[in-house]
Amino acid sequence: MAEAQQSKSRDLKKATRHELNHDHEEHDHSGHDHSGHDHSGHDHSGHDHSGHDHSGHDHSGHDHSGHDHSNHSNANHHGGGHDGPCGHHEGEYDPTGTAIHHISDGNVYSILDAVRIPLPTFLYAPEQGWDFFMSNKFDIGHHEDGHKSYNGYVMHHGSAYRVADKGFPMEGSVAHDCFTHKTIKDAKGKDKVIDYVMYNGKEYKLDARSTFDGGLLGGGITSFYDYSISKNVLSMILVALILFFLFRKAARAYKTNPNRAPKGIQNFLEPMFLFIRDEVAIPFIGDKKYMKYLPLLMSIFFFILGLNLWGQVPFFGSTNVTGNLTFTMILAVIVFFVVNLSGNKDYWKHIFWMPGVPTFVKPLLSVVEGMSLFIKPLTLMLRLAGNISAGHIAILSFVGLIFIFGDLYGSLGNGIGTLLAVPLTLFMMAIELIVAFVQAFVFTILTASYIGAAIEEHDHH
Amino acid sequence: MTGTLAAIGAGLAVIGAGIGIGMVGGRAMDAIARQPEASGDIRSAMILMAAFVEGAALIAILLSIFMS
Repeated sequence: MAEAQQSKSRDLKKATRHELNHDHEEHDHSGHDHSGHDHSGHDHSGHDHSGHDHSGHDHSGHDHSGHDHSNHSNANHHGGGHDGPCGHHEGEYDPTGTAIHHISDGNVYSILDAVRIPLPTFLYAPEQGWDFFMSNKFDIGHHEDGHKSYNGYVMHHGSAYRVADKGFPMEGSVAHDCFTHKTIKDAKGKDKVIDYVMYNGKEYKLDARSTFDGGLLGGGITSFYDYSISKNVLSMILVALILFFLFRKAARAYKTNPNRAPKGIQNFLEPMFLFIRDEVAIPFIGDKKYMKYLPLLMSIFFFILGLNLWGQVPFFGSTNVTGNLTFTMILAVIVFFVVNLSGNKDYWKHIFWMPGVPTFVKPLLSVVEGMSLFIKPLTLMLRLAGNISAGHIAILSFVGLIFIFGDLYGSLGNGIGTLLAVPLTLFMMAIELIVAFVQAFVFTILTASYIGAAIEEHDHH
Repeated sequence: MTGTLAAIGAGLAVIGAGIGIGMVGGRAMDAIARQPEASGDIRSAMILMAAFVEGAALIAILLSIFMS
């Protein structure tokens, strides 16, 4: 998808690029940003990262003279006379990489690329044990790239990586150079991007953090595990605290003055609360048992709603919690356990030995019903993550139009891009507001429906 | 090649979603026209069904992103 588009715009720029006498294939240059927008990112098809402005740029820690070029023979070079992989270059904007970077998790909380709130980082590598430090030890610069390593860990595009190479100093803090990357084809023939950090002229391979997805999303078990308080964790804690204080205030108002008309925050929360109770909980669970499950339903609804809305605010680090498959997986697992632990005998009978069907069909149907036991929470997880992620990617792509046009036509292109991007982004954000409510509502109503099916009393003949 | 096929697959999935949600919406309009006092119930049911159909399409889109 993205490769065709990238190669087309790359051909367009080839002429101008040779004049500037830099090469672009498989080189990454840290430390650039356009005003206010950082567009770093992991890309999976060998494109280069975006350009930057040279003003106000701090490269005092980097030494560009005397780079050793002999170990770059396996990288792709267009022409000679370039000043090493850490030199400046005029690259093009990478929309896919930026979008993926902005919907991923990270170890630093950046507000507008200016204020960086460091986060506690807990890393565990079986070889070197636990490391706990605040992430500003990485001396984070533009593009959320660090300038210093710490105990063999570096920060690249907001995430902590570990240098797998023993030649790199694994104790203490050293100032390293820029990050580069190469694209190779892995065993299945797919393009795989490997990141490197330059230090003293040598490239050191970087290990990403381990993921327990078995390599599905390009992850897998690597040499270290990242258990830090990341951006998403901090957002979850903040949203939970905000909800707690809002509801405490409302609850206290109800308790002290039960018959007064609602004032203040009650006006906002009461309609939603009553809607969930009267239209979701009671119809599906029944009015004898709904009180037992009401806290769960309310928590699910307001937590998902709060996190959806939090992810929509563009300046607070743009954290994408509900679009993260891990988070929705945990919610789905909770729903799975609640539904199945509260299932009564009729529920299990209907799954595995359902009445009203000829006996020879029952084993087949019970397999299908058993699968649906797992597929229902799985769809809950995928639906929420997909809807929210898709909205974020759409908004990021529309904002990226500004930079794509800017690359093609200069400042005029930036202007045209803005004229196009602003109405589209406003429209998408309005839709995302609706989607935030609808997705929280749908998750809640499906949970209520599954719980209702589990505790329903059937009258059998 | 995988990328192109993934893109075509995503497009087909969205066609399915568009047809499905369109049908749900159309039938909901007919129902509301027949019985305007039930429009609240019909609206909630319509949104719920649209979310289901959308979920199926989004699963297909997510898979196509992973495959390329």
